[in-house]
Amino acid sequence: MASAIEPAAAAVPRLGRARWHWAEALPWLVLAAVPFVLPGYLALGCQVIVMILFALSLDLILGYAGIITLGHAALFGTGAYAAGMLSAHLGWNEPITGLVVAGAAAAAVGFVSGWFLLRYHGLALLMLTLATAILLQELANTLAPYTGGYDGLLGIAIDPIFGRFANDLFRQNYYVYGLIVLFAAFMVARRIVASPFGQSLVGIRENVKRMHAIGAPVHGRLVAIYTIAAAMAGVAGGLFAQIHAFVTLQVMGFQLSGAVLIVVVLGGAGRLYGAFIGAAIYVILEDQLAKLSPEFWEFGVGLVLVATVMFARRGLLGIAEDLTAWLGRRAP
Amino acid sequence: MLSAAVSILFDGLAYAMILFIIAVGLSITMGLLNFVNLAHGVFAMAGGYATVTMMRAWEVPFLAALPIAFVVVGAASIVFERLLYAPLYRRSELDQVLMTIGFVFMAIAAFTYFWGPNPLGIEVPRYLKGQVDLGLREFPAYRLFMIAVGFGMILALWLVFERTLLGARIRAAVDNRRMAQSLGIDVGRLFTLTFAVGGGLAAVGGGLAVELIGLRPIFAIQYLVLFLIVVAVGGLGSIWGAFLAALLLGIIDTAGKYVWPAGGGFFIYAITVAALLIKPEGLYGKRD
Amino acid sequence: MQLGHALAVGVLAVALAAGAEAKSVKIGIVATFSGNGAEFGQQIERGYELYRKLHSNEIAPHTVEIIKRDSKRPDGAEAKNAVQELITRDKVDVLAGFVFSPDAMSSAPLVTQAKVPMIIMNAGTAWIPKLSPYIARVSFSMWQSGYVMGEYAAATMKHKTAIIGITDYPPGKDSAEAFKRGFEAKGGQVVDTIPMGGPAEVPDFTPFFQRVKDAKPNAFYVFVPAGNHAAAVAKTYANLGMRAAGIDLIGPGDITPDNNLQEMGEAAVGMTVVHHYSADYDTPENKAFVKAWKEAYGANSTPDFMGVQGYDGMAAIFSAIKKLDGNMDGDKVMEVLKSWKFASPRGPIAINPETRDIIQNEYVHKIVKDGARLKVSVVGKVDQVKDQCVELKVGRCGQ
Repeated sequence: MASAIEPAAAAVPRLGRARWHWAEALPWLVLAAVPFVLPGYLALGCQVIVMILFALSLDLILGYAGIITLGHAALFGTGAYAAGMLSAHLGWNEPITGLVVAGAAAAAVGFVSGWFLLRYHGLALLMLTLATAILLQELANTLAPYTGGYDGLLGIAIDPIFGRFANDLFRQNYYVYGLIVLFAAFMVARRIVASPFGQSLVGIRENVKRMHAIGAPVHGRLVAIYTIAAAMAGVAGGLFAQIHAFVTLQVMGFQLSGAVLIVVVLGGAGRLYGAFIGAAIYVILEDQLAKLSPEFWEFGVGLVLVATVMFARRGLLGIAEDLTAWLGRRAP
Repeated sequence: MLSAAVSILFDGLAYAMILFIIAVGLSITMGLLNFVNLAHGVFAMAGGYATVTMMRAWEVPFLAALPIAFVVVGAASIVFERLLYAPLYRRSELDQVLMTIGFVFMAIAAFTYFWGPNPLGIEVPRYLKGQVDLGLREFPAYRLFMIAVGFGMILALWLVFERTLLGARIRAAVDNRRMAQSLGIDVGRLFTLTFAVGGGLAAVGGGLAVELIGLRPIFAIQYLVLFLIVVAVGGLGSIWGAFLAALLLGIIDTAGKYVWPAGGGFFIYAITVAALLIKPEGLYGKRD
Repeated sequence: MQLGHALAVGVLAVALAAGAEAKSVKIGIVATFSGNGAEFGQQIERGYELYRKLHSNEIAPHTVEIIKRDSKRPDGAEAKNAVQELITRDKVDVLAGFVFSPDAMSSAPLVTQAKVPMIIMNAGTAWIPKLSPYIARVSFSMWQSGYVMGEYAAATMKHKTAIIGITDYPPGKDSAEAFKRGFEAKGGQVVDTIPMGGPAEVPDFTPFFQRVKDAKPNAFYVFVPAGNHAAAVAKTYANLGMRAAGIDLIGPGDITPDNNLQEMGEAAVGMTVVHHYSADYDTPENKAFVKAWKEAYGANSTPDFMGVQGYDGMAAIFSAIKKLDGNMDGDKVMEVLKSWKFASPRGPIAINPETRDIIQNEYVHKIVKDGARLKVSVVGKVDQVKDQCVELKVGRCGQ
């Protein structure tokens, strides 16, 4: 059955050797240039970075391990609430350790839920992840005295990073902060994907029966990558909480889970850099469309989604790969 | 005590009927066509808007508006199916999920454009208002009506699927498509028909739901999770599965709200997780 | 001699007028224009656009430029981003709108930092104005209607016991607390408080209402969001025959919104609610307002509390423009707003200079049938109500 998650055969050789291809510098150069070229757009830039990080975490489990989940926002939200409550209730305002705590909390939730849920697949897994995420959201609402419930968690006041770089109105410091965190997370993701462990995930995705047959510990591997992805999603959530100094129940919501799924497929699943393109396009598209028509912008987003599925099955990076392959063939 | 139990049972049954009527179409299309149609809520919503428009603009009586909505939305879904869904049958579930979610977004914006963002309601006929005395106690008339429609529907569907040639053909196509085709059954035509019926049923459910939960353009996405749960817990492609799942979820949700209101949505989702952990293919689903 | 005097004055006036430049005052509106709450954004927009249309000559030669931003999801983050851009990129003079409380709450630190006035046209959580000295609220506090309803139910309607049913989120909890305080202050007793699901999907209210029916209180105070929830409440109440069982349905006016009232049908007749506005008010200001509204938006449309809040919000901004001659310095605008009084369609309103929250009349509405349509009949009134949460220093309001 034709799939939006094709074996990233073209991508793996480039990333597989842990040696950097020259084209990989491009997205980083673009991201690094934004504070100089578009200094008024750094708030939007922060949104893009958080979404890239979140989408990266989903790509690890969706694009590489083939786990389809509609509840990934639960992990993002756990990280967000962990970082938020750490500051608001415990008065611990140091940002970097805040992110570590966020990642750890999300990893814990990911480990426990993954251990139970990853024995299932298909529609059952989809619904289980969705229902679990909603249950977590309900829990957060029940604990409203701690989480702030629907109205949100107030009182988050993050200290300046290293005592110097505060969260200013133009978001300059936090953009750079987010970019560094993204880079670090990306290095980890890249390492995993290029390793034998990462290869075995692709194997599980492609032919799980065979993996069982050769004695690979399928469930253990899946739980491992799910936990790592959960930690990454939690860090993204923590970053979100620190940038906005505000967390509501929406951070665990079904709509966010859907959005990050869209981002990964839009950019191209199983390609890591697909998360960059998908996140940038989705966030910027939504932003521009909402300015154009505050009432009907959803139509535009839906249209892009439909068009992507109909004409760009492997996402935009897939198109890019086809294009380079086609150009390559044309050269003598 | 007994009175409370009877209340809960009755209320839960009525709520379950709404879930069933809307979700059964989704179960049929997902099971028979192997197609993940997250835009199913749009058909339900369209039925709601059709009903409201007919009653307000043309003063069509409620009981006539529902079957008309069935036909209109059913016919419209044929167009949808032929043009937009048929190319996706061979694609992966993820593709189908994303494409249909895209449709939902477009539909919400479109309905907002034509009907405005305001919630809309209807005035049901006098004989469906108030309470009906059934001897031991009184029951709200509209909910009795819904229970009647729900039971009538499952009976009709069962008859068609188990007792008619058409139903036999559909079941054959589900069990083994190639074999059915080799026997000369026009599978494509069957699928279109099934899809139309599924969409029409959703429309009726949507029309019935207006009185209970109102109507707004975001209906399609707001209640989507509930329909998916009924289908997943019941098992794909099973009418009885959808019925039992709706009953289970409806009654437990209602009982939970009566006994522990602060629990909120907890019960429905907890039951879903429990049911799927035990029987991931659903109550009446096929194990693969 | 007099001619010379007049000439001198005339020349002086011309010289002064020539010195004044026409300013374009930028207003950033952040509200829900799509998705959940889109109908509220639409009503608020209709309200402020109506005021602007009717009164734009009053601020001549200055003009007003409005930049609309959708706050998309009720998570506060989108609103905060929009506010950040409106302040830094669009350089707005004033911010307004804010339908959901999280949107206002998350944006408060930004307006404090940038010293940009923020006029809240809806968000009703009681302690929001405390979050920044640049916030002024022209809409309402959940406490105003809840507390007054509580007092009225005990003192005038003579109810002894009540059960509270609310949608389980902060405005509901605010409203419940307010009603309880008012009701118990006048000798009533709240027997139970029942959370009834969340604000997104409309739950089946029957099990909650059944529980109340079994408990047989004198009154059932309900708060749910306006719209589909409110309609479902009225219908469930009627379907269970609760009025015949002797249980009075009361609440804040959110449960009888003007926009949906006719749809709620017979079920709504007999309800008593307390609110700050109804389109049926029989005052010259309101009659003119409703007439202008219907002329602008169609005979079938009706203003509601959201619409009048948008209208009054724009009136507040206009008064600042007039007083400051278009020089919208943040601190000066707040000074003007703090002493602002207005003859609104809802009656006389003012901003409390100490709390920057709205002071307005609260009216007791009874829903009656007037021929074929439902109508609001005003059976009681409390003048110039201040937010009781802050007055009584309850919880967060007291900090």
